[in-house]
Amino acid sequence: MVEVSILCDKVRFEEKALYEKTQSRGIDSKIVDSKTIIIGTNNKRIDFSLGDVILQRSVSYYRGLYLTACLEFLGFKVINRFEVGQTCGNKLVTSIKLEQNRIPTPKTQFAFSAESGLETIKKTGLPLVLKPIIGSWGRGIYPLRDLETASMIIEMREEDNSPLSRIYYIQEMVDRPPRDIRCIIVGEQAIAAIYRYSSEFEWRTNVARGGKVELAPLTNEMEDLALRAAKAVGGGVLGVDMMEHKDHGLVVHEVNNTVEFRGAASVSRADIPGEIVDYAVKQARK
Amino acid sequence: MKSIVECQECGAEISVPEDAVVGEIMTCPDCGAEYEIASKVGDKPELKPAERVGEDWGQ
Repeated sequence: MVEVSILCDKVRFEEKALYEKTQSRGIDSKIVDSKTIIIGTNNKRIDFSLGDVILQRSVSYYRGLYLTACLEFLGFKVINRFEVGQTCGNKLVTSIKLEQNRIPTPKTQFAFSAESGLETIKKTGLPLVLKPIIGSWGRGIYPLRDLETASMIIEMREEDNSPLSRIYYIQEMVDRPPRDIRCIIVGEQAIAAIYRYSSEFEWRTNVARGGKVELAPLTNEMEDLALRAAKAVGGGVLGVDMMEHKDHGLVVHEVNNTVEFRGAASVSRADIPGEIVDYAVKQARK
Repeated sequence: MKSIVECQECGAEISVPEDAVVGEIMTCPDCGAEYEIASKVGDKPELKPAERVGEDWGQ
């Protein structure tokens, strides 16, 4: 009998849905608070009762990432793997992996000082989008529409204490409808696709920013692209975000490692938590 | 049966549903303070202040 641990730092809709699904399927499971785990180099897997497979669902990126590293060190099977989390959590690394695997992605430039960042902006021409290389829920993403504001945003980034703020991820502003697409991938399968529409006075489509969701038809093209993108970052349970580029069709701009599916579950008939639990059980048996 | 816990910030009553699980976040209906269910002994939940949203939170 497979035992599943759901590791999280707070229980949200998703973690509760996963737990309830394991219970209704008669699978041994528990929710474990990632804030309470202490692991040492002298520890062994046997010191922890975390079952056969762990669903890493920490809302804190770094906590989830490094705890996964420790759990893999002990020999636990964690979904998703450390390497996948590391890639997906970093927009720069993700862009490189997508491009290396010939997955259409928005044209992006990387600069490593304020001067070169500004030079890139001037040379490329506006509008552009400046994103932090590590960040979530749309935080710190700025549309750059005029040079004056762009220089002020660069100046603001310079004043920030984080060394990551000196790395400039400058992306084309994709000419798209006021929405993007989130495709949920579980292993080798695309489970559901949704449109995410930005809310009023907001151009970002993140549900955390008040974005509204609508069911999207899961086309062959979408499915193929999302599966390829998921594979490019190492596979697992992932949310592939794409935009409908006016000139180039679908482009993938992000792959999410700890995918939130509350929005998708509210409009899709697919049993998203059920698919994730089945996948976890299969992985445990491998 | 749901449990009633007093808000440590404003003293209002926070209603904790019966099926709430440890780790779940409860919000005070009056002042908006957020609490995490720290434990449940029998039906009695214990609340502790929830962790503040971190810079690295999200997907």
